[in-house]
Amino acid sequence: MNRILATRLSRLAQYSFLGLLFAFIATPMLVIVVFSFDANRFPTIPWGGFSLEWHRAILADSMIRDAFVNSMLVGGGTAVLSTLLGFAAAYLDFRYRFRLKLGFVLLVAVPPAVPATILGMAMLAFLSRIGLFGRLETIMACHVAIATSFSMAIIRLRLNDLSRDLEPAAWNLGASPAAALFHVVIPFCRPALIASFFLSAAVSFDEFLIAWFVGGVHETLPVRILNLLQGQVNPKINAIGAVVLVVSVALVLLAQRFTGVRAGRRNPAP
Amino acid sequence: MPTPFIALDKLDKRYPDHHAVKSIDLDIEAGEFIAIMGPSGCGKSTTLRLIAGLDEPTDGDLRIGGDSMRGVPAFQRNTPMVWQSLALFPFLTVAENVAFPLRMQKVGAAERRKRALEWLDRLGLAGMAERNIAQLSGGQRQRVAIARALVTEPSVLLLDEPLSALDAHLRVRMQTELSRLHRELGITFVYVTHAQSEAFALADRIVIMSEGHIQQVGRPQDVYRAPANAFVAEFMGMNNLIRGEVRGNDEGMLEVGSTLGNFRVPTLTTRPEGSRGDFVIAADRVVLAADMEGPGIAGTVLGLEFVGSTQTVFIEIEGGTEFRVQKQQHEIEALDLVPGRQVKLNWDSRHAWLLPQPGTTH
Repeated sequence: MNRILATRLSRLAQYSFLGLLFAFIATPMLVIVVFSFDANRFPTIPWGGFSLEWHRAILADSMIRDAFVNSMLVGGGTAVLSTLLGFAAAYLDFRYRFRLKLGFVLLVAVPPAVPATILGMAMLAFLSRIGLFGRLETIMACHVAIATSFSMAIIRLRLNDLSRDLEPAAWNLGASPAAALFHVVIPFCRPALIASFFLSAAVSFDEFLIAWFVGGVHETLPVRILNLLQGQVNPKINAIGAVVLVVSVALVLLAQRFTGVRAGRRNPAP
Repeated sequence: MPTPFIALDKLDKRYPDHHAVKSIDLDIEAGEFIAIMGPSGCGKSTTLRLIAGLDEPTDGDLRIGGDSMRGVPAFQRNTPMVWQSLALFPFLTVAENVAFPLRMQKVGAAERRKRALEWLDRLGLAGMAERNIAQLSGGQRQRVAIARALVTEPSVLLLDEPLSALDAHLRVRMQTELSRLHRELGITFVYVTHAQSEAFALADRIVIMSEGHIQQVGRPQDVYRAPANAFVAEFMGMNNLIRGEVRGNDEGMLEVGSTLGNFRVPTLTTRPEGSRGDFVIAADRVVLAADMEGPGIAGTVLGLEFVGSTQTVFIEIEGGTEFRVQKQQHEIEALDLVPGRQVKLNWDSRHAWLLPQPGTTH
């Protein structure tokens, strides 16, 4: 009897802990979404009633619209470029042995480990010196430097499962090295390539510091949010927050859908 | 003499840490089924990869149909291979796997599907076309790999230990299948294996390799009955090697003295006294007798091993030499051969095979 009670108590404690943890993570996000639909000007309790006023307001605000478009452009470009570069780096590491390979892999892997402030400062100093300061492409280039490291990690992991015989088998069956790459290696990596695309887009979409440092007059959405906040407490913030949240969650979910880390499902057999 | 279809001419392959193939010469005729055998690491798989162009030789030449293959990349050789790992493409269906070589040759979609289905049908895989590779059994995957290699109708098929992943029953069935395909297609098969039973069942000629050298080339029964050297004799398994030295010559027979006694061994040439007189006696040529007073070598039965209807008897001779003797089950029963029993071993001198002297060709 005592034992059953102890088991139940322990289970209750475990679930409570998990519940609290999730509440702690999710509540702030939930609060933002809920208050973005609040008719009150300032987020206060009690709720002032349902309203789409703030969502309408951000649609009407051309600076926010521009920032959103900028974010989408930078995010899309980053996703494409970092997936391409990440694949190239991962394939190079998988396929070839060369001197200074460790140095090469470190070079790709290290940018996310550097504090963003320092990275932003360094890039600002470097890019303004070569005359690339304050352009959308500049933000994109910096985001690619960070996101490529994630892309390479995801794609390299997938390449681990590629049998060493598969590429030579394709050559043996009449595929030139280029054809083998397109008909064997890339199809095999496709889930990882798609995952890398969405994850890179998410990394770029959420990145603030570097975009703020090197963007100049071009604001991405996170930069616009901070500039709004510095002026006054603006109820539009909650509405922007809700939109950003939806986009980010969607990108991460899409990325996970293709890396095969799906809740409650095993990877399909190779 | 016709030009051989595949000619290996002093073919040599060195890796930075390993000399895999040491200047080998081998001629393979068109339509021949040739098996390359040897212990692991002997260079047989490297030889196959050199023929396929998956490795570049360090030295020597390789000709297929008279043309040198030096510098011809693998994808231009049309020397399809069946891999030990099968190397099927997991993201393609069965039909797409088989059609892959045709797709690389830019054959139209309808045509390549038709031909892929024909080959699937031919290998007993009709109705499997749309399956995933993961849904197939080991034997079915094996057939897909063979269909994929043959779909372009090449004039040579390379096989790298293709049956080693199958269980014994399936292996025998696939052997029959390969034998049938070879007969029907009339193309050259180059088959690498470490399994003697596969090589003997399938091949017209076998090549025995060891440490990067070719030790012997010949028909299976010739290699078995007339091994060129001690390595081949021992590799073939069912031979007993007796090392000795020449004591005298007597009208086509050599007197050989060894730690087991004096023996007579047939020879075509004479050899000086004191030179090497190593010879082999095949396991199925040894006569066993229970009468310990009779002639022959005395030994003790160590154990028995079933090989189908015959058994291999392991017999220890005084001094530690081990003999293998192959006997039918009824003979084993008649002699009541159980471990520990004393027996006499004897054989007809005409059945002994004198090993050629090292450095001479036989």
